[in-house]
Amino acid sequence: MQPSETQVAIAAESWTTEQAIANLQQTDDPSTRYYAAWWLGRFRVRDDRGLKALIEALSDTVDRSPGGGYPLRRNAAKALGKLGDLRAVPALIESLRCPDYYVRESAAQALEALGDAQAIPSLVALLEGGVEAAVRVPGKPHLVQPYDAILEALGALKATDAIEQVYPFLEHDVPRVRFAAARALYQLTGDDQYGDRLIAALRSPELQLRRAALMDVGAIGYLKAVTPVAETLAENSLKLIALKGILEHHLAQIDDLDEAAIDIMTQMDKLL
Amino acid sequence: MTLDSLLADVDQADSAVSLLMAVRSLAQTGDPQAVPKLIEVLGFNNPGAAVAAVQGLVAIGEPAVAPLLEHLDGYNYGARAWAIRSLAEIGDPRALEVLLTAAGDFALSVRRAAARGLGRIQWQNLDPSQREEAQSRVLERLLATTADSEWVVRYAAIVGLEALAKSLGETDIQQRIKPCLQQLHQEDEEAAIRGRSQLAQQRLTPNRQELYST
Repeated sequence: MQPSETQVAIAAESWTTEQAIANLQQTDDPSTRYYAAWWLGRFRVRDDRGLKALIEALSDTVDRSPGGGYPLRRNAAKALGKLGDLRAVPALIESLRCPDYYVRESAAQALEALGDAQAIPSLVALLEGGVEAAVRVPGKPHLVQPYDAILEALGALKATDAIEQVYPFLEHDVPRVRFAAARALYQLTGDDQYGDRLIAALRSPELQLRRAALMDVGAIGYLKAVTPVAETLAENSLKLIALKGILEHHLAQIDDLDEAAIDIMTQMDKLL
Repeated sequence: MTLDSLLADVDQADSAVSLLMAVRSLAQTGDPQAVPKLIEVLGFNNPGAAVAAVQGLVAIGEPAVAPLLEHLDGYNYGARAWAIRSLAEIGDPRALEVLLTAAGDFALSVRRAAARGLGRIQWQNLDPSQREEAQSRVLERLLATTADSEWVVRYAAIVGLEALAKSLGETDIQQRIKPCLQQLHQEDEEAAIRGRSQLAQQRLTPNRQELYST
């Protein structure tokens, strides 16, 4: 982070909502605008002017990174995911075609968070070419599309018509993408074989993969994963987040505390 | 295996797995002389080895308390969280001041470990003349911690309050804890917090079945 950006970040902590919106609406100072977009998401500011300015920021052409990326668009997409206003959906769908990979990734994650099934056809379109097309971009640390975000969104949006397109990604050579496919297929089919793949991933030799699997079982609320989560070798903080996800998913399905809920909480207590 | 060779194994471990194995073996001795090395392991940024070291320190218990208090790492919050977890588990009242301070730490992993630990103080090991004041300070600290901005710290505060209420029985302190749990159960924004406070309430209500049948 450049020194000037740090100063803006510190100053931003004491902004009012009015200031943040004004800072997003102006176009003279890109770094202040960039933080304003983040700020509105961070503090979940629900305001029509802020929403409009964030949607406009999704087509910004001024703020460019040395690699050709669109930093402001990335932040705007992330913020719109947090605000929960479905009026952002069409612009986010449009952002799935942005040349910047990270804008597409943020847009897919935001569309997942907003939960609007309208986004499904555009997300499925990014899977075109299947696993064969899902290769690395030469010289970049990522694949041609943000496949994990796309697959996770399709699972969360209950895109049962997309099962056929999701299925082949179980065999992708990037573990993170395989996990995302398993996670989505569990949500789309309810079949334990896909959840069990994530339990197996909790025993991966690499810590990074165990961490990813923890987030996945938490996100889908996979009840069978409680003990494997408690026993995997990873930070307690991540295990607690995973168990919280499973607990809340379970609590939503029962009227009063049952044995399973008490078991999850007992495991969580031990990890504090 | 002598203690010296077990200590050397920890120093010579060249992978995460061999470190974990070496720490487990050292921890299983339960030997107070292993304490300094086990405390050192808390700062290695290896969660598996740290868990094993905490288990060893807790098993050693009372002789580990003074060294843990002396070597609290002010610069490495990961190590500090593991040390606070060890002290929380042992429950020795000498850790009281440290736990009260740690409940306001900037690192949430430290705050949550401290909140749980405040509920686990072995009051019988504290001079009776100091008990009442110490208990009321712990109560105030935990009640304040239920308003923490991080869900996991609020969760730990509930676990702490439940344990505190149980260890003190039917007292004025319990009467202050119950309304707080009731409020969290009804109003917290996180379902996990509402669920955990409901569980704490149930556990603190004697003869719950009878209440329903009358």
